[in-house]
Amino acid sequence: MTRFSMLRFGIAACALTAVVWSAPASAGPTLDKIKANGVVTCGVNTGLAGFGMPDKQGNYTGLDVDICRALAAAVLGDATKVKYVPTTAQQRFPALQSGEVDVLARNTTWTLLRDTDLGFNFAPVTYYDGQGFMVAKKLGIKSAKELNGATVCVQPGTTTELNLADYFRTNKMTFKPLVIEKLDEVENAFFAGRCDAYTTDRSGLAATRVSKAPNPDDYVILPEVISKEPLAPAVRHGDDEWFDIVKWVVFAMFDAEEKGVTQKNVDEMLKSDDPEIKRMLGVTAGMGKALHLDDKWAYNIIKQVGNYGECFDRNVGKDSPLKLDRGLNALWTNEGLMYGAPIR
Amino acid sequence: MARTAPSRAQVAPVQRVAPWRDVRMRGIAAQVVTVGAVATVVIYCAHNAIVNLEQRGIATGFAFLRREAAFEISSTLIEYSPASTYGRALVVGILNTLLVSFLGIVLTTIFGTLLGIARLSSNWLVQRVTGGYIEIMRNTPLLLQLIVWWDLLRVSAPLPREAFKPLPGVFISNRGLNLPIPVWQPIYLWMIAVLLAGAIATAVVAHRMHRRQELTGKQFPLVWTGVALILGPPLLLFLLAGAPLELDVPVLQGFNFVGGESVTPEFAALLFGLVAYTSAFAAEIVRSGILSVSKGQTEAASALGLRPSWTLRLVVLPQAVRVIVPPMTSEYLSLTKNSSLAVYIGFPDFVSIANTEANQTGQVVEVIAILMAVYLTISLTISVLMNFYNRYVALVER
Repeated sequence: MTRFSMLRFGIAACALTAVVWSAPASAGPTLDKIKANGVVTCGVNTGLAGFGMPDKQGNYTGLDVDICRALAAAVLGDATKVKYVPTTAQQRFPALQSGEVDVLARNTTWTLLRDTDLGFNFAPVTYYDGQGFMVAKKLGIKSAKELNGATVCVQPGTTTELNLADYFRTNKMTFKPLVIEKLDEVENAFFAGRCDAYTTDRSGLAATRVSKAPNPDDYVILPEVISKEPLAPAVRHGDDEWFDIVKWVVFAMFDAEEKGVTQKNVDEMLKSDDPEIKRMLGVTAGMGKALHLDDKWAYNIIKQVGNYGECFDRNVGKDSPLKLDRGLNALWTNEGLMYGAPIR
Repeated sequence: MARTAPSRAQVAPVQRVAPWRDVRMRGIAAQVVTVGAVATVVIYCAHNAIVNLEQRGIATGFAFLRREAAFEISSTLIEYSPASTYGRALVVGILNTLLVSFLGIVLTTIFGTLLGIARLSSNWLVQRVTGGYIEIMRNTPLLLQLIVWWDLLRVSAPLPREAFKPLPGVFISNRGLNLPIPVWQPIYLWMIAVLLAGAIATAVVAHRMHRRQELTGKQFPLVWTGVALILGPPLLLFLLAGAPLELDVPVLQGFNFVGGESVTPEFAALLFGLVAYTSAFAAEIVRSGILSVSKGQTEAASALGLRPSWTLRLVVLPQAVRVIVPPMTSEYLSLTKNSSLAVYIGFPDFVSIANTEANQTGQVVEVIAILMAVYLTISLTISVLMNFYNRYVALVER
């Protein structure tokens, strides 16, 4: 090598190092990425009836799945433009942290540590739930306080696991956990009798009993609700624009139900004189633009997916096998907790 | 005139070469550039990760190890409760992994050796059956085999209320095998000390008697002497102390058995599955080792009048061991790493607990670093120990 080529090599090496040190690679705004790819990547459950479950053809349905579809309808105008990434309880947080999914709609409880340490922001709660226990009727147990010494099936990496330990500690009882990652295997272990009780959110217990139990009437969900489990969609820290979009998509679904706008009557509602409905459906311009979306964002949601009440009834409520009560999940006007902020 | 070696001044003068033409300098420069490039990549990745983690507000650092774990673990070798720290939970996981790995390695060696020898048997049925077993075990995925074992152990056993009772105090149910264990007495410590002393004494006697056999040909009943030296004194001590034996018997209380020692179906499934799978590979390694010893050795030994079992033990296996040890080390490492599949069947091994912690704290990068460091340490330790043994049995050539 001549002296001159060594010099060039040295300069090139320094330049490369300078470039490499200056700009660490980081993910850009989520909305741009979604618009560029034309698809919303959504982290969902591997198979929980009523919330996120593939059918035999591989099409996903559920309450959380409907949130994903609503996002796709709002951002891309087409509720089918969703890529579903099934995640177990242990995979879901790294998937969101790393950028593999844009939003996590996977019956995830909103807690302080997840909001801070894990670096997530939680959109409005889409389902207020609580943790409970399910046991076989033939054990003759009427209350969770009789479970001293029991073997309890639970999934790892969940608030369920922590609440379970806390509950037994508080009530001075002991238990043996059987910790299995895959939901299918947990359910199989419980129905095979390997553990005495199964614990998860009560909506999950109802879903499992209806979909997986050999005979649903042989199992009973105990009356104790041992924790608060507000289930909400989650996004990463550092992208306020995307957080706003997810937040207001959920609020739009609440507001639509409050105003009586449904999938069937949304086209007639376009002609309504109610200023709130006109702002919501984009007849009055400006709301969509503020979110960096098309003004028909809420119209697309309601037309293609439905309002919150319709999603609830279809997936977990009176039109579904689970038949869960609205309970806390009714609108604030109906003694529930669902309250959409005003779209103005 | 005496001949002298050519002095330095008469040797051809050393040529002065420019640094960039000097081969040694070029070599050093190439190494520096390579190390620099690798270091740049590593530093870039680390810098990138740290900046991204900060940007997204994800916690970093190892302080989480001192926080309360708040989750329960079903099988622990040391004291643990949900009030213990995350660090302690990881230690519980490491001990579980080490337990499974250690037992797995011991059982694989025994079972694999027997299988390998059986595969070479002159009995047609034995040879074919072991051959079939080895082929099936080697060619199906390990995870599948673990699931089959787990289902068998889970489904075929009854509920605790209707458990099998083969012996008084022993229960077999779908919660596992429950055994009575003796409660610890102070005399047991002395018994263990005496047992170890007996083992050392046996080793010394064995060495002496082997030397005597090499020199004079006189044989010595080493096996019986060894048994007497190792088991005799502790037993004597036990009887002299009045035979203090108090059994902690498992009793069905409510849902589960309380007291005694229990072996869960998950642990049993993991152990049996790993041993069944790895011993198939070990059998093939042992077989190749035995076949590598030249037939002349076996023929010479039988010409000298040695029984076939003595030939195997004294002539063939010591030479086969040299060929067997290196691939066997790989199998041991493979078994240790395969034990991480426990996360699928519900046994709380190190990977399973680390996964739970990564999830609860969100600090995936730190937890994976710990995972890799621990597995690296375990694997390197096994390799080093096996390398010592390898050098011990190696053929010392002239």
